[in-house]
Amino acid sequence: MTAAYRETARVTPASSWKKTVRSWLPKRWYAHLILVVACFMSGIPLFYALIVSTQTNAEVFRYQFTPGSGLESNWNVVFYERHLHTYMINSVIMTAGITIGKTVFSLLSGLAFVYFRFPGKWLVFGFVLITLMMPTEVLIIALFRFINDLDWQNTYYALIVPFTASATGTFLFRQHFASIPAELSEAAQLDGANPLQFLFRILVPMSWNTIGALAVVQTIYAWNMYLWPNMIISDPDMQTIQTGIGTLRLGGGALRFGPLMLGTVIVSLPPVIVFILLQKQFMSGFTLTRDK
Amino acid sequence: MVVSPVVLMVVGAVVGAVALAFVFQRAGGRLLFGLGLGAIAGAFGSALFMVPLDYCTFEAERESLDRVFGAIFVLAGIALVVTPVGWLSGKLLRHESLMSGEQTQGTFRHWWIALPLLAPTLTILILFLYYPSLETLRLSTMLSRLGARREVFVCVDNFTRLVDDPAYADTFIRTMYMSFFIVVLSMSLSLLIATMAYLPLRGASIYRILLVWPYAMSPAVAGIIFLLMFNPSGGLVNYLFGKWFGIKLGWLNDPAVAPWTVILASVWKSMGFNILFYIAGLQNVPKDLIEAGAIDGAGLLRRFWHIVWPMLSPITFFLVVTNLTYAFFETYATIDYLTPGGGPLQSTTTMMYRVIQLGVQNNDMGKAAAQSIVLFLTVIGMTVVLFRTGGRQVNYGV
Repeated sequence: MTAAYRETARVTPASSWKKTVRSWLPKRWYAHLILVVACFMSGIPLFYALIVSTQTNAEVFRYQFTPGSGLESNWNVVFYERHLHTYMINSVIMTAGITIGKTVFSLLSGLAFVYFRFPGKWLVFGFVLITLMMPTEVLIIALFRFINDLDWQNTYYALIVPFTASATGTFLFRQHFASIPAELSEAAQLDGANPLQFLFRILVPMSWNTIGALAVVQTIYAWNMYLWPNMIISDPDMQTIQTGIGTLRLGGGALRFGPLMLGTVIVSLPPVIVFILLQKQFMSGFTLTRDK
Repeated sequence: MVVSPVVLMVVGAVVGAVALAFVFQRAGGRLLFGLGLGAIAGAFGSALFMVPLDYCTFEAERESLDRVFGAIFVLAGIALVVTPVGWLSGKLLRHESLMSGEQTQGTFRHWWIALPLLAPTLTILILFLYYPSLETLRLSTMLSRLGARREVFVCVDNFTRLVDDPAYADTFIRTMYMSFFIVVLSMSLSLLIATMAYLPLRGASIYRILLVWPYAMSPAVAGIIFLLMFNPSGGLVNYLFGKWFGIKLGWLNDPAVAPWTVILASVWKSMGFNILFYIAGLQNVPKDLIEAGAIDGAGLLRRFWHIVWPMLSPITFFLVVTNLTYAFFETYATIDYLTPGGGPLQSTTTMMYRVIQLGVQNNDMGKAAAQSIVLFLTVIGMTVVLFRTGGRQVNYGV
């Protein structure tokens, strides 16, 4: 591939010990060394968490790097004493709600921006795009107050509805639809298709890549949300996982690391698996919005 | 000294008129019309924030600091109205289209069908983004509590009090340096690792997966895992440090060390994302350019510095903006698990953390809203500076 990175051929004869070293060192051993160290450093925390999740607290403080004997009791704490599954169900509902809502609403607004001509369109589009500069975090205090006024605290509405509109999504679908030849919609109109039929029968099947890209980014984002659920949900039965795993550490006065780590590992698996499997889609989801 | 609204409007009108006259002259419009439009826009802008504030900053009994803030609000209002008006009239005068890539063929008849299609997105944006934004502005001038029936108008006191509050200055500086180190450490290490992972090595694809997965972990989980490893009494790190070097650090309870533990956890979590994008960026660097450099006798480092690094600048720029947002906002969860309550002596309390402390725990909505606005302006300011300095030099040739 990159011939350029390869060292230019050395003419000077190498001494014999150098030859011996070369013969058993892999090519570009320095790169392997750095990468192995990097993988090790990024892997150690999770690996250790995995080990601890099988240990009792006594075993944790003996610092052994072998699986312990506490998996069953940790499992019982996580699912029978603390009901992690309740949090997981709440998170699944929230994640699905946000992802589906964002995708559908963005598809609809993308359709409106590309396939309709109406007065003041640029103004409406600007109105949507400018929200990219308004991160939820800086208006979260007022949002918190508003949701309290609506009496939505401790409901799925509070977790889902405020996040179902997306300037990124609207922009993504607008760009994608604009790249589809106009003949297609003319043909569809000749065949008597209405806009929604055109969207779901023709545009959506042509947009799975874009939809997938948006969905992967949104799924990981929603699953990992912490601040908002933490603020607005006070009822333990409505809590989502990122806050919910925190309840695992308390019990018997001391921090209990075993159940906490078991919960952590279980909670981290879904986004990590989604991310590793759909890396390409994830990246295009980000890069497509880069060239604004 | 009382400054009357009329004086401020005249100031606004003059500023607006000059600005728009300039725009109209360059775009070839009628100068007089530009002057008039600018004067109206400027006068309106000067009142934009001041009418809701009822010109309270310029009342006789106010201090000079209030007047300074009043002047800033007046200028901000003028800029906020005059800039878009100028931009718009410039575009209209030059007959430029307001929306690029506009489709003219294949559109549906009955334009009003677009309304129900746009309704969900627009309703949600108005209710849950625009309304809270305006409400944040309003709250920032109030003494307000959740559940209390009455609110008290306090003018710009929530802002002026921040100016001579040493604790807030500390929070601001802390947020800055923590964000700086998170962004710089994470990105430079990621670039080094990505350069290695991009080489044609045996097992490259396995390396890549093992390197990028931490991105999918949540900031909260990063906090929990680092709590396990770094807690001072029973954590693995202090055990090993004690065994090998005979030292134990107060990773989470020493105010000098705690911010670095948060930085470390955030770097660990964010590197996967940066490595992923740097590898993709490196794959886009044309091979013939590097080869040409090699033929010309440039060494590995020189080839990297003069060819690869400039070609990576769009990615670097994108990553700086994304990482800054992460460092400012997303680290909240990491801090909340690692050092609940914002650390020993508030040593890990960032601006975001402080906003939530004030607004939710202390139920002081007004102060929290005012600090949200400062946070927003800081982030927007940094982004604008980045676009001005970095954005121009960015090489879009890739």
